[in-house]
Amino acid sequence: MTHAENIANDKNGTALPRRTGSSNGSDKTEPVLRTEGIVKRYPGTTALDGVDFNVYPGCVNVLIGENGAGKSTLTRILAGIESPTSGQLLLRDQSIAPASPREGRALGIGVIHQELTLFPNLSVSENLFTGRELVSGVGTVQHGKQKEVARTLMARLEQDISPDTLVEDLRIGQQQLVEIARALAEDVSILIMDEPTSALSRAETEILLRIVGELTAQGVAIVYISHKLDECLRIGDRFTVLRDGRLVAEAPAQDVSLAWIVENMSGRSEGALFRKEARTIGEPVLRVENLSLPRPHGGGYLIKNVSFTVRAGEAVGIYGLMGAGRTELLECLLGMHPDARGSVFLGDRSLAGLRIDERLQAGLALIPEDRQRLGVLRNMSVAKNISLAALSRFTRGPALSGRRENREVWRMIETLGIRVSSARQSIATLSGGNQQKAVVAKSLLTQPRVLMMDEPTRGIDVAAKSDIFHIVDDLAAQGMGILFVSSELKEVIALADRALVMARGRLTAALEGEDITEQHLADASVIAPSTEHPNEQVA
Amino acid sequence: MGDHTQPVPATSRRLPLRMWLLQSRAYLALIVLFIAFSLLTPAFLTTGNLVILTKQVAINAILGIGMTFVILSGGIDLSVGSVVGLCGMVAGWLLTEGLILPPFGVSIFFAVPIVMLLTLVAGIAVGALNGWLVTRLGVAPFIATLGTLYIARGAALLISDGATFANLVGQDDLGNTGFPALGADTFLALPYPIWVMALFAVAAAFVARKTPFGRQVYAIGGNEKAAELSGVRVNRVKLVTYMISGLCAAMVGLIIASQLVAAHPATGETFELNAIAVVVLGGASLMGGRGTIGGTIIGAFVIGVLVNGMVLLGVSEFWQIVIKGAVIVLAVVVDQWQQRMQQKSLVRMQA
Repeated sequence: MTHAENIANDKNGTALPRRTGSSNGSDKTEPVLRTEGIVKRYPGTTALDGVDFNVYPGCVNVLIGENGAGKSTLTRILAGIESPTSGQLLLRDQSIAPASPREGRALGIGVIHQELTLFPNLSVSENLFTGRELVSGVGTVQHGKQKEVARTLMARLEQDISPDTLVEDLRIGQQQLVEIARALAEDVSILIMDEPTSALSRAETEILLRIVGELTAQGVAIVYISHKLDECLRIGDRFTVLRDGRLVAEAPAQDVSLAWIVENMSGRSEGALFRKEARTIGEPVLRVENLSLPRPHGGGYLIKNVSFTVRAGEAVGIYGLMGAGRTELLECLLGMHPDARGSVFLGDRSLAGLRIDERLQAGLALIPEDRQRLGVLRNMSVAKNISLAALSRFTRGPALSGRRENREVWRMIETLGIRVSSARQSIATLSGGNQQKAVVAKSLLTQPRVLMMDEPTRGIDVAAKSDIFHIVDDLAAQGMGILFVSSELKEVIALADRALVMARGRLTAALEGEDITEQHLADASVIAPSTEHPNEQVA
Repeated sequence: MGDHTQPVPATSRRLPLRMWLLQSRAYLALIVLFIAFSLLTPAFLTTGNLVILTKQVAINAILGIGMTFVILSGGIDLSVGSVVGLCGMVAGWLLTEGLILPPFGVSIFFAVPIVMLLTLVAGIAVGALNGWLVTRLGVAPFIATLGTLYIARGAALLISDGATFANLVGQDDLGNTGFPALGADTFLALPYPIWVMALFAVAAAFVARKTPFGRQVYAIGGNEKAAELSGVRVNRVKLVTYMISGLCAAMVGLIIASQLVAAHPATGETFELNAIAVVVLGGASLMGGRGTIGGTIIGAFVIGVLVNGMVLLGVSEFWQIVIKGAVIVLAVVVDQWQQRMQQKSLVRMQA
């Protein structure tokens, strides 16, 4: 019997009571896996800065941190997908350096990724055994045996899924469970789960949490990453908090409370440092009415009946959890989703049917959340990045006027305080914060009336964050309408004149002034599935 | 004509010698080849040979210029060789049979400049077809242009039923003489094809470096989504890059037909591979966003000098092909090596 079959047959977690001697989370247990001074640098950003992370056997080791804190980078290093710039990994006190996921797996380190890594065109059983197929003596795949194991694994996960089903025919939650089954089929002593429940229903989540319990009872070390703090508190044995690439706190479960987590996660100073000025708020510049966006493949809406306005000189913040539809909302406004319904007015002008470039010209601009994928052009210089969206302003006859372009670029570099040694320097050499400022500069050169910012301070250092705050404040003071999306409560409170909260594609609250509190924002962002149709027509 | 590397970090003032050598490798390779062949054979460094060499280079260089725009935007154009053949046939057909208007049963003959213009328009039209397939119908560039590779070649054969239009000298009474001048005559002691190459190169370098369009081509190749969010009309820019490539291919078709004073439907077979090779040799990335017109011209000269020198040295034709292939692969390997070193030095700079 292979290990996979072993695990699969162990349906109730009773067959292998190899529980380690000490109790879960006790300080007496030695870590099975440790990192020492892990540093990971990418061009433009330091993702991890000297992290000493401990993974204890037979425990759920919860790893928490805001987006961009370095959790995913750390797990990629543990799994051998990336190599650290410096520092080392110690598995049972032996230094290891897995150079590929395959090597990581050979060392007993498995990973369930946040993004699905399945092959939609292959069947469930083929997916479970990709890369380590069960082969017969003559080298052919033993499909029968694989299907058998797949069937038992599916039964263990309480799923009525045939091993022959193509993965693309499964619901997203079921796909996530297949991903989990794949990790179960491996002989792992350390299993990393990156947001395993993000796509799961409540019932499916319960199944997963039960499986996690069974695995730890067998002595498997789980590294558990989730934004759902209640889930973490329920199953976690050890808690580690990352912030801005640094490990800021580590504690066993008995010392951990929700307050402890929140304090360590967002123990930032910029909220306290920044005081927004009283702003003069003018006429509405952006009006959104009944905006809806159907899911691309049917089955409900990503955005449902959202209506609100943004006025000149006003900063409106949209708070919500991952998947609430905030990014999609901004994308709809910029015209990136032709399927979107509803009306959008910029001033008195309807934006219906306008392309992205026409909307930019009309006075909208978007600073995207995913800076590397949607913001910067790494093959170009700082100056060329900054001027890209406003080239028509620098054109004389057929040619670009280098002088005029340079003057405007430098004006932006100076106003926003972008640290460069030369405007012709490649943008890839800048730090994350300075890259973000360059992206802001690009948008500002189009002279927008409404500036949309999606997670404007994600993955940038504290000083740059404070700079971005002041930039936003200045722009609002000059009469620009600001619409920003943020997952950070303090950021919304510090910046927003008005705060909208989104949950499951709907607006669930509109708060103003003193009403914008962490409590109110957090409450409105969590809508139980049963509470359908909350007040849709807010703002 | 342009530095052939992308803007390097400002700290490149302290660039180690190794990096500098890597970055200017295409120029260095050309100089080394030039000196080596000059020493190895007295026939190389003569005015006559250099003019012949440059005339040969012009074909690849002009095709490479069009290809550079397509590759910079992240696409590829496999149809250029067929377009060369098709456009040669279009020119030959217009010169010998004229434009036949069926309802009137007459043929209209045009003066040579008009014939050339119509031929260039035909090339642009094939490019527009490529661009339309890629942008509107979303066909992958490799497949779309592979399709037009066959379509254009088939059309070239259909025009004459596979026959050659020979003796394209025109007739005095039809007023369409003078076509062979493009391939044979000279201006200031240099043959016209060399002037055409120079003209195309200067114009293309200007477009690539000094116009919003050029900037947008680099932007699309570097990060198409980010370019779109910056208001770049991605589809339109891509369409134009394929049209430029079609125009360049049509120009080459005219030059070859004029040089041979004949149009053969099989002309230009595998030219697309030469064009891609010179662009890659010039330091462009097939992923898009990196490369220059100047680099492409240098790349065309590297291939041209290499082939010319080997011919003069009497290297077997078969070995020439092997060596050409090896040089292309080597160029890409060295290029990736340089990219990796640049990445590393970026990370080091932050530490």
